[in-house]
Amino acid sequence: MSQTQIAVKPTRPWKLTFRDLVPDLAGALFTVFGSLAIVAITPLKGKLGFTFTLITLAIITATTVSWIRKDRKAAMNSTTTVLVYIASAFVIIPLLSILYEVVRLGVSGFSLRIFTEDMSVTASDTDLNEGGLLHAVIGTAYIVFFATILSTPIGILTALYIVEVKGRLSGLVRFFVQAMSGVPSIVAGLFIFAFWMIQMGNAYSGIAGGFALTVLMIPTVARTSEEVLKLIPQDLREAGLALGATQWRTVATVVIPAAKSGLVTAIILGIARVVGETAPLLITIGGADAINLNPLEGNMSAFPMYVWKNLLIGSPNAISRAWLGLFVLMVLVLIFFAAARYFSSARRRFK
Amino acid sequence: MSSDLLEQKSPPVPRVITTKPRFTDKVFRAVVTSGGMVSLVLLGLIGFFLIYNGFEAIQNAGLSFLTGFDWADAIPEIDQPAMYGVGAMLFGTIVTGILAMLFGVPIAVGTALFLSYYAPEWLKKPMVVVVDVMAAIPSIVYGLWGFFVLMPHAEYWAKLIHKYLSFIPIFDMPAPVFTRSPFIAGLVLAIMIMPIITAISREVFAQTPPERIQAAYALGATKWSMIKAVVFPYGRGGVVGGAMLGLGRALGETVAVYTVLNLVYDIRIEILLSSGGNVASMIVNKFGEADFVELQALMAAGFVLFIVTLIVNFIANFIINKTARE
Repeated sequence: MSQTQIAVKPTRPWKLTFRDLVPDLAGALFTVFGSLAIVAITPLKGKLGFTFTLITLAIITATTVSWIRKDRKAAMNSTTTVLVYIASAFVIIPLLSILYEVVRLGVSGFSLRIFTEDMSVTASDTDLNEGGLLHAVIGTAYIVFFATILSTPIGILTALYIVEVKGRLSGLVRFFVQAMSGVPSIVAGLFIFAFWMIQMGNAYSGIAGGFALTVLMIPTVARTSEEVLKLIPQDLREAGLALGATQWRTVATVVIPAAKSGLVTAIILGIARVVGETAPLLITIGGADAINLNPLEGNMSAFPMYVWKNLLIGSPNAISRAWLGLFVLMVLVLIFFAAARYFSSARRRFK
Repeated sequence: MSSDLLEQKSPPVPRVITTKPRFTDKVFRAVVTSGGMVSLVLLGLIGFFLIYNGFEAIQNAGLSFLTGFDWADAIPEIDQPAMYGVGAMLFGTIVTGILAMLFGVPIAVGTALFLSYYAPEWLKKPMVVVVDVMAAIPSIVYGLWGFFVLMPHAEYWAKLIHKYLSFIPIFDMPAPVFTRSPFIAGLVLAIMIMPIITAISREVFAQTPPERIQAAYALGATKWSMIKAVVFPYGRGGVVGGAMLGLGRALGETVAVYTVLNLVYDIRIEILLSSGGNVASMIVNKFGEADFVELQALMAAGFVLFIVTLIVNFIANFIINKTARE
């Protein structure tokens, strides 16, 4: 009765102890201080010199330590580990820099007033407390609206053709849609210019920009929708058919509702892809400084167009305006991006 | 009464069983099929309208449209005909594309490896988001950032490279202008194509059979030996395909290259010099003041770009699909 239970404590021999971490820590400290010392003594100077020394020294230290403690294979492993960490740092640094600079340079001119004025009575060179980008807001809204209502049905029908109808050409269609997502945006613009302007004899307009973006948006919508439809369990379709429903009824009342949030994600991703496209708009919408409420006629502006125009003018205030435009554009893109992630995570929860 | 019962028990007429689709299904299939064909038709129309409008330019110039590196309007006063050739721009496009691959592919593959095998769990998710956000950033943002933020740094790096490596011909400098060079354009393009290469490589790495990875570890492999022996042989096709997909993007990039590259109609191998080319930015550059004849030449240039990127994309997707299926 006074027997004490002896619970065997589980041992975890693979778990790193403090003693294992000591060489790593020492190596890291040696690397940092070593590089600082080298930068201080030798002619290698500045941030670039420090980064360069740090990388070289990190590789050398990691390799030598592993070689001495173990063997050549371990040394090789340490070298590549350091390299892989450096590579991923090189991916993060540009993104952080971009976000930081866009906010730093763009936010100073930002106020809600810029959404109430256009540039029709303001020169780009004037101070940023005059003029706004309402005309670009309206233009982008029109252009993205047209692109969305045109490419959504086409994109989803393409996905349905590949996944549901499985026609004879579905492999070919799939392959060509993949290839289409690599069509350079300037080519899409040239195509609309050749077709809508030269062939049909129209002038610059918002809808022409919408057409050009449609070409770029279809592949994104189609490919994402295809992936979403493929995730719908086959059982659901078979259940629908077994109840005597036609294929049309099965798709319309079972498959599409089940895939709804995924399809919304596809559309939002498509919008995020095209909302910042610049090149096709440069040759289809003409650009304008005043509000144009008619998307079918007359020059139109858009965020990327606004940025481009001010960039080409090049005076300090115009450049500030360009950064302001970029800031608004980036916020818009990130909102669409976050919305797409929200809807796709909603889909995962449903599953 | 009994006859009534008998009558009731007689079997109902069997339903006709058929595999023929009903009318609604026929309509449904017709609508979906025609919707699915739109992409094929669009792709065909793009090629058709570009070559239709640019045919005359190609016909006038012949093969020299691809090889010639002059882009000059006609000057009637001295009877000089218009000369349009995309050779220099095509060369520049390939140079910047190759530079982007050289800078971008190792970093992208390294990042994909990091995300698949090295990253701690807490870091994995935010890193994937970072890569996705980078893919969503519009090219004009990269252009402005490249011009105003990266260029001052890159100019300094280029000067250092020139100072110590100028005995290699491609790092030589006939004139000390280091801004807006193919080197800098290559850097910006590399940052732009990294996300797509990372995403595709990661997808392929994720398909490596886990039992083979475990087997390698069980045999005492280090992480790197495992990657070398299992992951790379398995995912090689995907990495190559992803890199080519990135190359396709780099070849067709317009706005970002236009801002950070000085367009010069000349073939130069000195990548640090402020002189380069890119077909897509050339089109934007010349579009504004083009007359009808030049417009035709621009359409033809667009057609060349379309075909080149289409071929690169075809090969890339073919390799990726083949790897994914295995």
